[in-house]
Amino acid sequence: MFEGACACAQQLPNNGDYDRLAELLNKYKQQKGALIPMLQETQKLFGYLPEPAMEQIARAFAVPLGHIYGVATFYAQFYLEPRGRHVIRVCQGTACHVRGSSKILDRVKQELGINAGETTKDFRYTIEPVACIGACGLAPVMMINENTHGRLTPEMMSKILLKYE
Amino acid sequence: MDMITVKIDGKDIQVPADATVLTAAQMAGIDIPTLCYYPGLRPEGACRVCAVEVEGVKSLVASCVYPVTPGAVIHTNTPRVRNARRTIVELMLANHPNSCLTCERNNNCELQQIAFKVGVRKVSFSGERREWLKDETSPSVVRDPEKCILCGRCVKVCNDIQSAGILNYNNRGFDTLVAPVLNRGLGSTSCVACGQCSVVCPVGAITEKNDVDEVWRALSDPKLHVVVQTAPAVRVAIGEEFGLTSSVETGKLVAGLRRLGFDRVFDTDFTADLTIIEEAHELLHRIQNGGTLPMITSCSPGWIKFLEHNYPALLPHLSTCKSPQQMFGALAKSYYADKMGLKPEEIYVVSIMPCTAKKYEAKRPEMSRDGIVDVDAVLTTRELGRMFEEAGIDFAKLPDEEFDEPMGISTGAAVIFGASGGVMEAALRTAVEVITGKELHDIEFAQVRGLEGIKEATLDVAGQKVKVAVANGLANARKLMDLLAAGQADYHFIEIMSCPGGCIGGGGQPLPVDMEVRLARMKAIYQADRDLPLRKSHENPAVKELYKTFLGKPLGHKSHELLHTSYTCRPLFKEC
Ligand code: SF4
Ligand code: SF4
Ligand code: SF4
Ligand code: FES
Repeated sequence: MFEGACACAQQLPNNGDYDRLAELLNKYKQQKGALIPMLQETQKLFGYLPEPAMEQIARAFAVPLGHIYGVATFYAQFYLEPRGRHVIRVCQGTACHVRGSSKILDRVKQELGINAGETTKDFRYTIEPVACIGACGLAPVMMINENTHGRLTPEMMSKILLKYE
Repeated sequence: MDMITVKIDGKDIQVPADATVLTAAQMAGIDIPTLCYYPGLRPEGACRVCAVEVEGVKSLVASCVYPVTPGAVIHTNTPRVRNARRTIVELMLANHPNSCLTCERNNNCELQQIAFKVGVRKVSFSGERREWLKDETSPSVVRDPEKCILCGRCVKVCNDIQSAGILNYNNRGFDTLVAPVLNRGLGSTSCVACGQCSVVCPVGAITEKNDVDEVWRALSDPKLHVVVQTAPAVRVAIGEEFGLTSSVETGKLVAGLRRLGFDRVFDTDFTADLTIIEEAHELLHRIQNGGTLPMITSCSPGWIKFLEHNYPALLPHLSTCKSPQQMFGALAKSYYADKMGLKPEEIYVVSIMPCTAKKYEAKRPEMSRDGIVDVDAVLTTRELGRMFEEAGIDFAKLPDEEFDEPMGISTGAAVIFGASGGVMEAALRTAVEVITGKELHDIEFAQVRGLEGIKEATLDVAGQKVKVAVANGLANARKLMDLLAAGQADYHFIEIMSCPGGCIGGGGQPLPVDMEVRLARMKAIYQADRDLPLRKSHENPAVKELYKTFLGKPLGHKSHELLHTSYTCRPLFKEC
């Protein structure tokens, strides 16, 4: 099942991560219900779910690639595009909104030249659209990776962003 | 099966204990509307249009998946049921484009019919609607996802029946989309172009690619000599487009094609006979010379593409014979062109096929010579029906007419190509006579006939055991290929057809289709065989003449140049 052998399709990026992926596949492929954990591990490894990795998973699990893709797009936790090293989440909750969070978000977009949901070309930043991140006391607030930055003004943004290499 | 008694709409009725409420109601002569349910596919209970009330059960149930229980009291026509059904359909329509008048499925759309049946009164077009791009990347089928009602039938046919695994539910919630793998265009996936998704789709969300206008253009071009060929399975189904039951309508079909203005009306059966002769000799050659066995038939282009993507290592098993459609095109632009004193480029070849994959096949680069394609345009049976409509041809009133010569002469062996097992049977009729050198009297091979997914037979031919297998539907083909890849298939010859039942159940055949319709078409095919005076391909006088004056001998030099082809290994999940 689903393990065709066309030579032109077999070339994987020459990348140590794919060796690690092969080990993971060996571990998970015999287990029932292991597809989601497998996808999670893969995402941890690559930061997202690259297409060649999904193909490898489809072969090992003997399911169509379309099935993997269906699952990956059903759950919000999976990303199909590479993401930046730093993920920026600007809170759009009510408290932040009243205190001008949309201007904060606009400033971030301006500085980075990308929209919410996009990643900069150098893979340094991704802006992730979020609703409320639950730190209303610090409004307007944003998170970069695991760090919270509060009581923001648009003017503070460029300095904060620069701290994340 | 045990029978139990249930009460439906006040009447007691005996039904099998494993029936669903839907089948029980059908047995009682009650018509419950359905959308996601499709006979032969795994029922899911997704759309809820088939809602009914069962006494003692609080909410309405989906009758297509709800099992009957002894003594159950069922109501299919209460105000609550009627309201629920109407609301469900109204909601569907609220997110549906208002474009029936220009839709491929206008007049033959299950959503239209259901809207009528449940009495939809108002549609609110005020809400937000998803906008999706039309997908015209495949030469065979077109997807129009805005019309999709997410019933899932295509997903099931593509995964369960064809095991192609192309269509799936992607995304979630409001963004849910039934689409090919990675949201790619179908044409850049390993879709095999079988069109079975277009057969089961209740609406205009997946349809055959319509090439009718190209054919009209060719027909009105005075510089072109336009010839048409029709496949065996078309003649037993075209009548359905005009409300007739499935039966042999060869005479009317020929007459209708002539009315459309084709310069010559020919028969793919002529080259089906030729295929048999080439293929039978290829098989014997392989058996006698230690060639790759089993040999597998190559007339079903969806099957070819499937093997190229999924089992490239098994490609040497494929017969190198082009399909009858392509042999026809190649000969029309050489043999026939010579006879008529025409240049190949002055001839335009149209095929009428039961199949959407034939559109893809005609576009394969191997299927042309010096930049001239063998076949210029391929129409499905459904598109031909539409052409007749556009031309104002009243099919039922047409007289019976005969094919033109010489490429319209054929035998019964050719016509059975249209049913699963037919190519095998036709090949055996010829191969056995070639091997034994004696006339074969018992020419009907019942073991390879019928709708069963995989059929096997062992024959005794001049003291040698010949083992054959036949599969239809690609999930069945996959089973055979897995055996073959594991070295567990010691057959000599395998016939594979992509579509359930063979070409009679092809992706381009009239809608709707179910087991009964397939059986009726199959019966008609074998009737057409019995009606013909000649029933073995090698007895076809026009084919004999072709060998004598043009080709030389089977598998000869000219045959190789015109009638044989090669295959390409393709990646598992995409198009090269
Ligand atoms: S799919 Fe049916 S309801 Fe929708 S536009 Fe086409 S004909 Fe009309
Ligand atoms: S044409 Fe066949 S393989 Fe392609 S999507 Fe439709 S059902 Fe699947
Ligand atoms: S494309 Fe057609 S068959 Fe497939 S889910 Fe949509 S409506 Fe149903
Ligand atoms: S037909 Fe029963 S739920 Fe769709």
